[in-house]
Amino acid sequence: MIRKLSHVSIYVLNQDSAYDFYVNKLGFTVHTDAPMGPGMRWLTVCPPDQPELEITLMPIEEGIIFKGDAAAQMRELVKQGTFGFGVFECNDLNATYEELKAKGVVFKKPPTREFYGYEALFVDDSGNWFSLGQKK
Amino acid sequence: MNDTYPKIYLYKRIVQAKLFIDSHFGEALDLNNIADEAYFSKFHFIRLFKTIYGKTPHQYLTSVRIEKAKLHLQQGTSVTETCFLVGFDSLSSFTGLFRRYLNVSPSVYQQQYHERQKLIKQQPLRFIPNCFVEQKD
Repeated sequence: MIRKLSHVSIYVLNQDSAYDFYVNKLGFTVHTDAPMGPGMRWLTVCPPDQPELEITLMPIEEGIIFKGDAAAQMRELVKQGTFGFGVFECNDLNATYEELKAKGVVFKKPPTREFYGYEALFVDDSGNWFSLGQKK
Repeated sequence: MNDTYPKIYLYKRIVQAKLFIDSHFGEALDLNNIADEAYFSKFHFIRLFKTIYGKTPHQYLTSVRIEKAKLHLQQGTSVTETCFLVGFDSLSSFTGLFRRYLNVSPSVYQQQYHERQKLIKQQPLRFIPNCFVEQKD
C-alpha cells in the first residue's frame, strides 16, 4: 500500500540560482544539500509547513536522466514555460502575492477570482510555473 | 479589479511590516513601533497580521529568530553568539524557546546537524532515494 509522496522533482536550469529562488525568495527550507562529486549535487527543499515532502531541484544535464539531445530539448522546454509543476497554498493570497512580488518573483497572473477559486500564477527562475492558492 | 483585489494598501502595509521583521529580527524590536510605522493601532495590526500569517507578530518574530538561529548553528557559530545575533537578550530564554520549537537544545541541534553533514560527505548515496541511484547503471 502506498502511503505518501516523499519526493518530487522539479527540473531546473541552474541549482545555485534555484537554491536562491526557492530558499531566499519562496522561504523554503533546505532538507538535504549533498555534493555527490564533480558536477553532481543532491539538493532538496521543503515548503515551510510540509517538512515531509522533499522537492528535489534536479539540474537538467546530459547524463543519468537525460540522454543525448534530451537535456538540450528539456532545457528549451523549461525555459519556454512549458511545465506547470503544481499548486502551492498560502494563508492569504493577496499578502503572499505582495511579498513575493517585493522579492522579485515574476507572476504570470495576479490574484484573480476564477470559477474554481482565487489564484495567482508565478514562475520560478528556470521557467517552471506554479499556481498559488489560499487555504479555504 | 477592485472587486478581485480589495484593500491592497492594507496588504502592502502588513507585508512591509513582515518584511521589516524579516530583515531586523536581530535588533531589539518593539512591535508597537512596527504597528505605528504601518499606520495601525496595535490591536488592529496584530489581528490583521495573524489573519494573514497565522501567527501574531510576536510569534512570527520568534519563529524567524529560531530559523535564523538554526542557520548560525549550522555554520558553527557558538550558542551564546547565536543567541545575541538573532536578537535574544538572554541565553536562557533563547535556549528555552529553541527547545520548545524543536524539542532539542541549541547545542544538541548543532551537534546533530554536524554529524549528519559528516555522514552526507562520507556516504552521500544514503541520502538519495533508490530510484535515482539505480538509474546510474
